[in-house]
Amino acid sequence: MASQNLQSVPAELSPEEQEREAAGQAYFDRIISEDSRIEPRDWMPAAYRKTLLRQISQHAHSEIIGMQPEANWITRAPSLKRKSILMAKVQDEAGHGLYLYSAAETLGQSRDQMMEDLIAGKARYSSIFNYPTISWADMGAIGWLVDGAAICNQVPLCRASYGPYGRAMVRICKEESFHQRQGFEILLELSNGTPAQKQMAQDAVNRWYAPSLMMFGPPDDDSPNSKQSMAWNIKRFSNDELRSRFVGMMVEQVRVLGLTLPDKDIRFNEETKKWEHGPLDWNEFKEVLAGRGPCNSQRVERRREAHENGAWVREAAVAYARKQAQKENAA
Amino acid sequence: MTTKDTDFAIEGHGDISVGVHGAGASGDGSASATRITPGNALRPEDIALEISRGQVKPTEDVAEFALRIGDDGLILAQRLGHWISRAPELEEDIALGNIALDQLGHARSFLTYAGAAWDKSEDDLAYFRREHEFRSAHLFEQPNGDFAVTIARQFIVSFYQYELYTKLMGSTDATIAAISAKAVKEVDYHRDHSAQWVLRLAGGTDESRARIIQGFKLVWPYVDELFEDDELTTRLAEAGVAVQPSSLRAEFDRLTGEIMAEAELEVPGVPQSLGGGRKGKHSEFLGYILAEMQVLAREHPGASW
Repeated sequence: MASQNLQSVPAELSPEEQEREAAGQAYFDRIISEDSRIEPRDWMPAAYRKTLLRQISQHAHSEIIGMQPEANWITRAPSLKRKSILMAKVQDEAGHGLYLYSAAETLGQSRDQMMEDLIAGKARYSSIFNYPTISWADMGAIGWLVDGAAICNQVPLCRASYGPYGRAMVRICKEESFHQRQGFEILLELSNGTPAQKQMAQDAVNRWYAPSLMMFGPPDDDSPNSKQSMAWNIKRFSNDELRSRFVGMMVEQVRVLGLTLPDKDIRFNEETKKWEHGPLDWNEFKEVLAGRGPCNSQRVERRREAHENGAWVREAAVAYARKQAQKENAA
Repeated sequence: MTTKDTDFAIEGHGDISVGVHGAGASGDGSASATRITPGNALRPEDIALEISRGQVKPTEDVAEFALRIGDDGLILAQRLGHWISRAPELEEDIALGNIALDQLGHARSFLTYAGAAWDKSEDDLAYFRREHEFRSAHLFEQPNGDFAVTIARQFIVSFYQYELYTKLMGSTDATIAAISAKAVKEVDYHRDHSAQWVLRLAGGTDESRARIIQGFKLVWPYVDELFEDDELTTRLAEAGVAVQPSSLRAEFDRLTGEIMAEAELEVPGVPQSLGGGRKGKHSEFLGYILAEMQVLAREHPGASW
């Protein structure tokens, strides 16, 4: 059974409660073994709830923090069409954050609490957003590589065993797919542009390649939570498996772009039938994760500032709604 | 619920390689919320196509007029775009971003059309003109301030634009009429958004009420300029292409007055600024807006993006 190694039922439960717990566990195990879906009101193991809450809220935070590096170029986008696409894209990300916070709320934590945790530095988000966007080509590289990696990770999540998460991912993946194509198109245009533009594109690919590969998480032998997540049908493929697939796709696409990937060790292993890549600097990954990336403090500070500057607006909305409700009751 | 429900998303995975293998399925309107224009509404690209085929060309007067409205939208979009990732609520990141996108969309259409008179593209006009060549009114370049200032500015803008586009739908110039017909639907939503926030902020807490009062004080000096007639609008009004801006004032006053009354706010008794934006006389703010907006395009003149 998928969830055999969960914590046992606490001893202080009454016999009726113990029976309910056992029935819940049996139902949960059956749903998982049938590869079907758990819904918010279904019984679920506490550890399953906790794992999902952590994963979904981190994902939501990544969308929200991920708005910043791209919003950085909205006012400077070099054509009105690009400006319009970029605005729409960053707006999509706010929408993704909203679906995901909603999905997380079905597990019993409020969005306010999740936001507080993010601002307090207690919650994590995707490490890649702690790198700066220093040129316009970064908008292309983020769309192509970062959103491309996100899609590889997220398409299998559409089948995640937790219903609200899987359904949120369906819509998110559709939009991410558009984002990836627009990133590719930005790079293609730059690559076919002036020498300075092409250089800008190559430089961006060089900087975003390794961080995007590390988005899949640590190597399988160093990823303690993966096994349980796979047993629960939350995660479908291992980190290394997804990373290898991603490399294979990028190898093909970078040729069309007329650019190169900064990795001389990429090769297709005929024996394993898998794509392999050169060594990644996992030390840097851990450093950035630990808060020592170039933009960690800037990103959280921006979120804190927006949240705190907006407090009076949120309070006003609540006060107004309360007054309106009182008026209606009195009438 | 079985996993079958998500099969189409798995197919969507194929989209990742689109651009290499050819077209994907997600170019249709249902595939992405980022599609700005629902259905068959007019897009700037459609206007550019008509221009390139020689099907439409504005007169010098019409182009000047389109430039004014286009610049209003462009400068406002530039201001509003700054809110994205900084708004008081995620819902407002989306709402203000959406309004910015709408304004930018209108601007792109009007600038594309205006540019046809001088053989210039929307980007030539947006990125390679200097301050004195911009024709936007002063209201649009006013700083965002706090959320209340932005809402006060947005309230005035959306009620003004609604009256303007409603009238321009009847323009004898088919392109102006078509762009306006699309814009008016979007601006109607902007009216609703800003009016609701004026009511909330005015009727919320003491702090929010003080802030919206202050917000209106800051932006109200730039109201009269929106309704000023001049030689160009007089000629265009006679030709049936446009209406005199002054003719929009009564309805603007009536509708904004209703909301202000409900919010128990008074129209601020502040002196009206001289304006001059339509003649290229701007405040100190525009230079900074353009410096930021134009910097990259000007670093690479002639480049395509």
